[in-house]
Amino acid sequence: MNAAAVPSVATGTKAALRVEDLSLSYIVRGIPRPVLRGVTFEVKAGESYGLVGESGCGKSTTAYAAVRYLPRNGVITGGRILVDGDDITKMNDEQVRLFRMRHASMVYQDPGAALNPTTKVGPQVVEAFTILGQGKRQAEENALKALRRVQIADPERVAQRYPHQLSGGMQQRVVIAIALASDPKLLVLDEPTTGLDATVEASVLDLVRNLQAETNAAVLLIAHNLGVIRTLCDRVGVMYAGKIVEEGDAATVFENPQHPYTLGLLRSLPRRGIRKSQRPLSTIPGNLPQIGTPLPTCVYVDRCPLADELCRTVEPPVVEVGGGQWTRCHHRDRLGQLAEPPPVGGREATLGELNLTLSNVSKTFHQSGHDVPALVKVSLDLHDGETLGLVGESGSGKSTLAKTILGIESPDAGADIELDERALAAKAASRPTADKRSMQMVFQNPDSALNRGWTGRQILARSVHKLTGLRGRAVNERVDQLAADLRLTQRHLDLKPRQLSGGLKQRLAIARAFAGDPRIVVADEPTSALDVSVQAAILNLLSELQLRSKTSYLLISHDLGVVRYLADRIAVMYLGRIMEVGSSESVFNGPNHPYTEALLSAVPNVDAEDRHRILLSGEIPSPANPPTGCVFNTRCPRVIRGLCEVVEPPLVEVEPGHLMSCHIPVDELRRLQAKAEREDLVLTTPPESAAAAAAQGVDELA
Amino acid sequence: MVESIAPSPLPAPVATPTTSTISERARARRELIRVLVRRPSFLIGIAVIVVWVVCAILGERITPYDPFNGFFGGHKPPSTAHLFGTDRLGRDVLSRVMVGSRDVLIVAPLAAILGVTVGSFLGLVMGYYRGFVDDVLSRIVEAFLALPVILVALLTLVVLGSSSVVVVFVVGILFAPIVARTVRSAVLSERQLDYVTAAKLRGESGLFILSREIFPNVLGPTVVELTVRFGYAIFTVATLSFLGVGLQPPSPDWGLSVSQEYANMVAGVWWPTLFPALAIASTVVAVNLIADSLQSVLNE
Repeated sequence: MNAAAVPSVATGTKAALRVEDLSLSYIVRGIPRPVLRGVTFEVKAGESYGLVGESGCGKSTTAYAAVRYLPRNGVITGGRILVDGDDITKMNDEQVRLFRMRHASMVYQDPGAALNPTTKVGPQVVEAFTILGQGKRQAEENALKALRRVQIADPERVAQRYPHQLSGGMQQRVVIAIALASDPKLLVLDEPTTGLDATVEASVLDLVRNLQAETNAAVLLIAHNLGVIRTLCDRVGVMYAGKIVEEGDAATVFENPQHPYTLGLLRSLPRRGIRKSQRPLSTIPGNLPQIGTPLPTCVYVDRCPLADELCRTVEPPVVEVGGGQWTRCHHRDRLGQLAEPPPVGGREATLGELNLTLSNVSKTFHQSGHDVPALVKVSLDLHDGETLGLVGESGSGKSTLAKTILGIESPDAGADIELDERALAAKAASRPTADKRSMQMVFQNPDSALNRGWTGRQILARSVHKLTGLRGRAVNERVDQLAADLRLTQRHLDLKPRQLSGGLKQRLAIARAFAGDPRIVVADEPTSALDVSVQAAILNLLSELQLRSKTSYLLISHDLGVVRYLADRIAVMYLGRIMEVGSSESVFNGPNHPYTEALLSAVPNVDAEDRHRILLSGEIPSPANPPTGCVFNTRCPRVIRGLCEVVEPPLVEVEPGHLMSCHIPVDELRRLQAKAEREDLVLTTPPESAAAAAAQGVDELA
Repeated sequence: MVESIAPSPLPAPVATPTTSTISERARARRELIRVLVRRPSFLIGIAVIVVWVVCAILGERITPYDPFNGFFGGHKPPSTAHLFGTDRLGRDVLSRVMVGSRDVLIVAPLAAILGVTVGSFLGLVMGYYRGFVDDVLSRIVEAFLALPVILVALLTLVVLGSSSVVVVFVVGILFAPIVARTVRSAVLSERQLDYVTAAKLRGESGLFILSREIFPNVLGPTVVELTVRFGYAIFTVATLSFLGVGLQPPSPDWGLSVSQEYANMVAGVWWPTLFPALAIASTVVAVNLIADSLQSVLNE
């Protein structure tokens, strides 16, 4: 219905992918529930188009519809999907098969699951070519070429491996190689980097961008991470409840959003170095409407602060803003009325009493006769009311450290963990109730962390009773208090976890952690399973609770924006060792340990902030066989040959409160990093150590 | 599913935990039943079982003839007077098939329940404690699994004498290891979940975690296992009767009827064998249909 009005579609050029007024329903219990309500967009050859929006908004459904790969109960109820001019909604099964074989490819979120675990990588890539009708010899040759094309340095060797012997980044490269085998016109990427570390993510994104220029394929990218979209996409469509509410060039949309929803999403991100002490994050109140809800007018009306009578009665038209940007909003002119939360003063944390000290904490796992050191002589301290952020790639030992502090894992002999200057028992089970009460945990995935058989009230009541020893009415009072603190209603408490939305579940999990008024709460990726608007609400709650109760947080997160917002101090870990510790400002402003520098530069940024790039080759080495000397020497772009691979640098104070473990003097680092920043340098791991690291990486995994 | 509940500014009226919990459970159960009754296979299974249960309860009151003492002349083929014909002593086969469900419908469920109870307990302990306990129990369980059920049951019944109680015990105990394995694997995946860690962090005992946190969540597979075992138990009990160590004449038990009549098949007298055999088959298939639908519904 609005197809003609959408500028990008009105242009006459033949688009590689053109979705016209697509409506789609899922049949649930015999009733069709509309999921897409007239989605219209197009992607030109060589262009990349990003779809963003909260989970459940229909972006993945759109992507899967574009290759006509829908669940059995998914029915296209209107509109067309044209790939290179052919309407794929009209194709029969055989035509769809040929279409997918020749013209469309998909890259999935979990590369481990996208590859066949029982077949070596080589034959899987070869198959992608033989299916196109190539002979065996030719297919094998092409397969090696394809692997080389996705920057796999040693394709012959990688081809001989099984998928599980490769790291996540390598697996995703192989999947991309397979996807590109048919030289597709349309490449659909569904959260291609979500499971990967930032450093690996950056290199996969670089790869996709280069390949796209090379192949001239139309790329449709689905990602919940707005930074990834900004990094990779030319154009972006913002989806809400099955409709695109705003579209435009990625840069324009992110810099100058013209729809209240886009504005809300962008403002709920912790951006531009904003901190909890400055102001709370914006949130979008309410939830996405349930699927199947009739939304005859503006889809966003129930959550929009600008909504008025007009919005409730008349469907907003497509309003062109210029520069290819358009929005579906009646009140674009009133967007300025949407204010950000006011800054709060006097929240700058003053360092409280020391409560937790770790010294010499090591943890060695024993795996089939091998010693695998997961933590090596970690020393840290934590003060009342302080948030210590732990960052590092996966496999750096962050979670092991958290588990060791909590007593889920016991440290090696010689470790000393003290709470208020009293040594803590190694195992949680042997700690007295007071100690258990002092330290609680918020887990990454509330679905796993909450017993699905219990109601919210049962979950909270049990924790209150167990940790505080209260009984009867007192328990109920405390539960009500906790619920009120976390903005949970009585009705929420009477439901089971699966009946709650992700944000509510996580609030319940946080309430449980706070049941006994803990001194320290360990939060392991507390918001990574949540949408950004929900994340903002959770971060606000966490900082509010901290301000009130003076609880210390140990925050583990791969999202540096989250860490920057919440953390007062930051510890950077690599291979079970602390590489750098310092106040949030000193870690983010530098000078940094070269590893920290690489981590900071790898994060895909919504604001397209200009940072110099550090491209780390390879991935974190196996802890079973760490490099000699400084463990980072195999990937370090600033490595000093002859020193770094021989002597392990000690963790020393380079500035007041800022510790680093690096051979390069801090002033030299400051100078080098300022220079790199000024000259916009791209630094990479020196080739000889990269080759060594790559070889080692492949061998170790075998 | 109530996926999104907008936080309402007005607190809802305070519900006492007990009433809400009950209504929640009732609601979940209603939902489960609602989904189940939409499956034809489940309905067919239930219908067949209901027919046999009604026959077992009403028995002689609804049979056309006296199943024990009505003699109408041996081996008459099926006719309008005797739909299923008569057996070698001239008793009406239809009447005997109808009351023949009685014993098996008591013995088989009891055996299945015993097997699942013992098996679940073992499985919970093995899955949760792992390590030494798991190693020892697993080896014992594996040893049991290696024993052929029928042979062991046969020997035990010969030694202890055949009675329904012994049949229940023998079949139940032989089923326990199989159930234990299923429950163990369910517990293994459950104990990986963070709620178990959370329970440990607040100092819950192993017994509490096992019985109150994990057990309710492995109830689904356990219930499925119960129905599956019930099917196998019917089969095993019928086999034991057939082999002559289960129920004794003049019981109209299906397995026993088959064993007493199958020799006459070569003479062309198929009806006193076929109809009880069909009865056994229909019951086993019906139970399996129920088990399959339960499994798929619970896994959804």
